Order: sequence, then structure tokens, then C-alpha cells
Amino acid sequence: MSLPPPDLRPGEAAALTARTAARAADEGIAEVAYATVDSPVGRLVAVATPRGLARLAYELENGGLDEILDDVALRLSPAIVEAPATLDLIRRELDEYFGGRRQDFDLPLDWSLSREGFRRRVLQECALIPFGATRTYKDMAIAAGSPSAFRAAGGALGSNPVPIVVPCHRVLASSGGLGGYTGGLERKRLLLSIEGGVLM
Amino acid sequence: MTKTAARLPPFQRFLDAHSADVLRYLVASVGRHDADDAFQETFLSALRAYPRLSAGSNLRGWVLTIAHHKAIDVHRARGRNPVPVAEIHDGAQRSPPPPGEGEGDHWERVRALPARQRDVLTLRYAADLTHAEIASALGCTEEAARRAAADGLKNLRKELTDVAATA
Repeated sequence: MSLPPPDLRPGEAAALTARTAARAADEGIAEVAYATVDSPVGRLVAVATPRGLARLAYELENGGLDEILDDVALRLSPAIVEAPATLDLIRRELDEYFGGRRQDFDLPLDWSLSREGFRRRVLQECALIPFGATRTYKDMAIAAGSPSAFRAAGGALGSNPVPIVVPCHRVLASSGGLGGYTGGLERKRLLLSIEGGVLM
Repeated sequence: MTKTAARLPPFQRFLDAHSADVLRYLVASVGRHDADDAFQETFLSALRAYPRLSAGSNLRGWVLTIAHHKAIDVHRARGRNPVPVAEIHDGAQRSPPPPGEGEGDHWERVRALPARQRDVLTLRYAADLTHAEIASALGCTEEAARRAAADGLKNLRKELTDVAATA
């Protein structure tokens, strides 16, 4: 006697999965929510906790969605669900920014993916650089309280967990060169051109 | 085992990997009408416990065991005989399945079997668990699980013969 399992309608399990994930995020059962966001600088993966945006990753430059989520699972919590509605605010602010209608992001940030101390101080100083302005790595080292540590400041900016929102693309080399960028120099150039900044 | 292999996957990946299996099991076990809620309850319970789970766990067996507990809750709420009976006997106490269930009447017949037989057959044939995994989910011996499966199949066959005879 055979008892074949019941048939599911096409897409039935996926729809139910999406509803369950949304509920997990709404009811605070999930500790981390994520969504993918399309942008002129490529697809981004946005990751938030109840405290705020914790990660905004260039999908391709960071090994793809799976690798980005593996890293977040390890460093924050594996209780991660895909919940696009939870990330509506960051999606809207990014759309406005890329559409030229927004200069400052005013969503809350969760800093827990940046190491406390010098690195975090550099990133928090970086978050204060206004739209359209630029600074040098040396400026950032000074602002973070260690004037000679401009190389370490570059390292701190390279580890920025929330590029674009924390505008590390606004930090350039003292020589006038572009310096480096977590999303590749092409993107740094594009972001600076969106902001009408000085380009070389 | 490498450190990477021993990590828990992000919950969403685990959810995507097992959602169809869990839903098929629940449709068989509680019927389509109650399967949606039981599915959500299953994965929300799993998520609450997930961060404390040890990384080498049998995740599929684990989540189907949770689904089984949610199915038991549904059966209990319907006021059927919810506790696995110690002694499996042929004269099964039957209540009609709720109307409007369209997933093939063999699972309706399975749902009308005594609880232990129903549980073993749904876990074996709709969830594709091994008898060892079923024994662990039900807290019985593997031998008891095999016996309940055989008894359940015997009851189903007998019923089909009866139906054919009266047709």
C-alpha cells in the first residue's frame, strides 16, 4: 500500500514562508531582518536589528547574499529572516538619495558590527561628513583622536558595515587621489558624482 | 568537521530548505484548513529556540518534530483522542474529518486512525522520516513505531476492502 504525500499548489510553501518571516519580524521573534535593494550602484543587502540598520552590503563585492548572511549570522545572530517591509525605511531613503531628493540619511543605525574603539570612532566621525563635502584619511585620524593613525583610519573606513549611509566614499587620499573603497573605486566615483563633489 | 560546517545557517535558509516538507506533513496530518496556522506556529516556535540550538543538530528531524507537536495541538483542539494510546487495537474510534478537505482521501482516512498510528504514518509517509527519527519524535521505541505503522496500514487496507465490499 502506498501513501503518496499530499500535493502542494505551486508557490504555496513560498507564500506561506514569506508570511511567516514577516510575522517573525513584526512580532520581534526574529533578531535580524534583511532585504535586497536594487540601486544604481548594484544590488544591496540591507540588514536591520530592532536597534536600526546594521549592515548595507554590496552584494557582489561581498561574495553574494549567502556569504553576507553567513557573516551576519556569525557576528550578530542566526535568527535572521527576509522581511522586506521591515526594511522599507532604508529602501525609501536610498531611492530618494539616488533620485537626488535626499542628502542625509536619518534612520537609526546599529553599530554592533563595527569594533568598538578607534574603528567605531572613525566611522562615527565619518557619518558627520556632510553631503557634497570630502575629507582626507588624515582628517579622519585626527577627528578620531589619533592624528598619526591615517592608515588605520583607512582600514576602519574599509570595514564600514553601512557604506553609502555612513559616507566613507567622501574620504579621499591626502595626495588628492581617490584612495580605496569597500565597493570598488568605480562606485566611489559614481557616488561622488551623484553628490557633485570634486572628481579626478 | 570544519568550523564553517558546524555553524547554524541563517534561519531564513533553514526555513526555505524545509518549508515544503513541513507544509506537506501538516496538510497530511491536520488537513489543509488548519495547515497554514500550524505551519506558522511551527516555524515561529523553531525561531524562538533556534539561537540556542547546537550546530550539528538534525535540523529536518527537529523541525518536523516541532510540526508534529503543533499537529497534536490541532487534534487536541478538535477534541479528538490526542494522546498516543498505549495499546494499538483494531477497533479504531473514528470521527469524521472536517468537511472541505481536498488533499486526497487516503490522508483523511489516516487522520481517522488511532492517534499513534496516524502520527507514525504521517511522519513516515508525508514527512519521510526514518523509523528511528519517528521514535525520537514520538518518544517511543523504534520497534513500537514500526508496529504502529504496520497496524495503521493494516487498518487502512481493511477499510478499503470494506468500502469496496459495500460499493
